[in-house]
Amino acid sequence: MQSIPIEHGLILAGILFVLGLLGVMTRRNIVFVLMSLEVMLNAGGLAFIVASSRWGHADGQVMFLMILTLAAAEVAVGLGLIIQVYRRFHTVDINVLSQMKG
Amino acid sequence: MILLFYIAGAVAIISTVCVILQSNITHALIYLILSLLAVAVVFYVLGATFAAVLEAIVYAGAIMVLFLFVIMMLNLGKRSEDQERSWSGVKVWVAPSVMAAILLAQLLNVLSQYEYDLIPKEVSVLEVSALLFGPYVLAVELASILLLAGLVSAYHLAKK
Repeated sequence: MQSIPIEHGLILAGILFVLGLLGVMTRRNIVFVLMSLEVMLNAGGLAFIVASSRWGHADGQVMFLMILTLAAAEVAVGLGLIIQVYRRFHTVDINVLSQMKG
Repeated sequence: MILLFYIAGAVAIISTVCVILQSNITHALIYLILSLLAVAVVFYVLGATFAAVLEAIVYAGAIMVLFLFVIMMLNLGKRSEDQERSWSGVKVWVAPSVMAAILLAQLLNVLSQYEYDLIPKEVSVLEVSALLFGPYVLAVELASILLLAGLVSAYHLAKK
């Protein structure tokens, strides 16, 4: 089988991570921010898989499973928060939510 | 197989760009699912078949259905799409894009020093699960506690 240069896999992960970061920085809709966070987590998992494939170890896949668990828990809590915020403020604009006082 | 890696990578990048540029939230979600499936194909090419299956089932299946469910509950509609369009002018994009480009350039600079070749070798489910229930058993327990905490807090937060 032909080989893939490892940096191409890592560059793909880096590009996806930066695109997710760009989404987090620019979007004002809180649901889009959460989706961009998912893209970033996924890019981190891709980097782990590339590294585990390079050395032929299964450890990277175990770390990917941990990231998957983290993403699932994070999305559940985040979406619950979004529903609660929408119920109280009737908006998904994070600039309005920045005026919250604790 | 090598060609498949580059095609899937290109699909992933293009659909992720569509996610962050899209103003219709449901379309953005569909593009995100496409991006995750493309990444699953990349995993398969790299020999991580178990991770590829999990990516398709858990990420593109379960988590995205959760997103879709919440979008349906919020019922944002046409008004939010217009609002979204008014928020995303060129002015908003300039500074974050420049900063993200600098970050990416640094990353590429570091990565260009490596010259390893990667020969995709299949890592079986057996090896992964032997690790999961061997040295990583504490991490699995912690992950289950994390999921339980997520379940309880999501129930509490979404309650009326």
